[in-house]
Amino acid sequence: MSESTVKIKGKKQSSFLDKAKGIIPDGGNLQLCLTCGACASGCPATGLEDMDPRKFLRMVAMGLDEEAVKSPWVWMCTMCQRCVYVCPMKIDIPQLVYNARAEWPRETRPSGIVKSCDMALRNDSNSAMGTAPDDFVFVVQDVLEEYRDSQPEFAEMEAPVDKPGAFFFLNQNSREPVTEPDEMVPLWKILHLAGVDWTYGSKGWAAENYCLFLADNECWERVTRVSAKQADELGCKVFLNTE
Amino acid sequence: MSSEWNRERKIKFTVQDPCQIVRKSFGDVIADDLRFVISSVVGEENVIEMTPNKSNNFCCGGGGGFLQSGYTEARRTYGKVKFDQIIATGADYCITGCHNCHAQVHDVAHHFGGSYGTVHIWTLICLSLGILGPNERAYLGDDLKDVDVFHPETAL
Repeated sequence: MSESTVKIKGKKQSSFLDKAKGIIPDGGNLQLCLTCGACASGCPATGLEDMDPRKFLRMVAMGLDEEAVKSPWVWMCTMCQRCVYVCPMKIDIPQLVYNARAEWPRETRPSGIVKSCDMALRNDSNSAMGTAPDDFVFVVQDVLEEYRDSQPEFAEMEAPVDKPGAFFFLNQNSREPVTEPDEMVPLWKILHLAGVDWTYGSKGWAAENYCLFLADNECWERVTRVSAKQADELGCKVFLNTE
Repeated sequence: MSSEWNRERKIKFTVQDPCQIVRKSFGDVIADDLRFVISSVVGEENVIEMTPNKSNNFCCGGGGGFLQSGYTEARRTYGKVKFDQIIATGADYCITGCHNCHAQVHDVAHHFGGSYGTVHIWTLICLSLGILGPNERAYLGDDLKDVDVFHPETAL
């Protein structure tokens, strides 16, 4: 191999690429792309907004920051990581997408995701639907009582909230307590029959975290810490995320 | 748990491996655990796999905030790939292990006119144990609404 590599002095280094490399663990291998296209050929987001994972990466590598970062495509990639899984160089395109999302001024990001994150910040539930801790506790107790009565085989069933020392801290997607509470019951029954020592938390019970999808690191951390703190204060050993 | 209830019925199930739980967290090991549970409750001969699956599974399009992003048409175009994979199995139900998957797989079925149902695994575990009440069947179709109903007198 030649030791005197010809360096082309053309376009400036991509500032977004440099920034992303500094943030992504191990740099994300962002400059190792062989352009094979394994990522793009197996990505359901390929073709949306005239974009695909390879194209996105190449654009960023070539310094087309503006065009790549501003593409609504960054909100259509679900960051599922299948591209990383099939990539011979294990390039972390989803992390690049995440950081591209973060480049958007918060108020210009998709309003549905912004609102869901903001809802979670309203109280200590973490619920994207804004449900208050008291409402959650009420629904759980109400549904439990109803089932203990109507299905006597489960008269001893529990759905504990804030049970100190429980082994599992279980969270719950807001959709069940808010819109279809009966759907919580089958899981309670299974846990009951299996003799599992578990609890919900009155704080941090909601499993969804739209602040993560919003690429709002500060709020994402805040929401996560509410749940982690509750689990820690109760002395739970395992955090079970149902999302 | 037993799959006896489905021995004669032969209702077919496929499974959507959640990216977050399988590819991004625990790998094929947990995908195999999931299949152990599913086979136990519906019968191994009634499970039809999608291609590809497990860690190599395609995302359904429910993750990453897509459901709340407002890009509904793009989300469904994305989900069409998954819809086609599910339809290709010929399964009566797609089992989803994650809420976002459940919402998305359910929505694309509706949108593209698929006849498959979308179910949580907890529903099937309780069905197989004979402890699934009449009001816990929101995601079961007519073929399973009346099967082994626990306390049918409590139907609302």
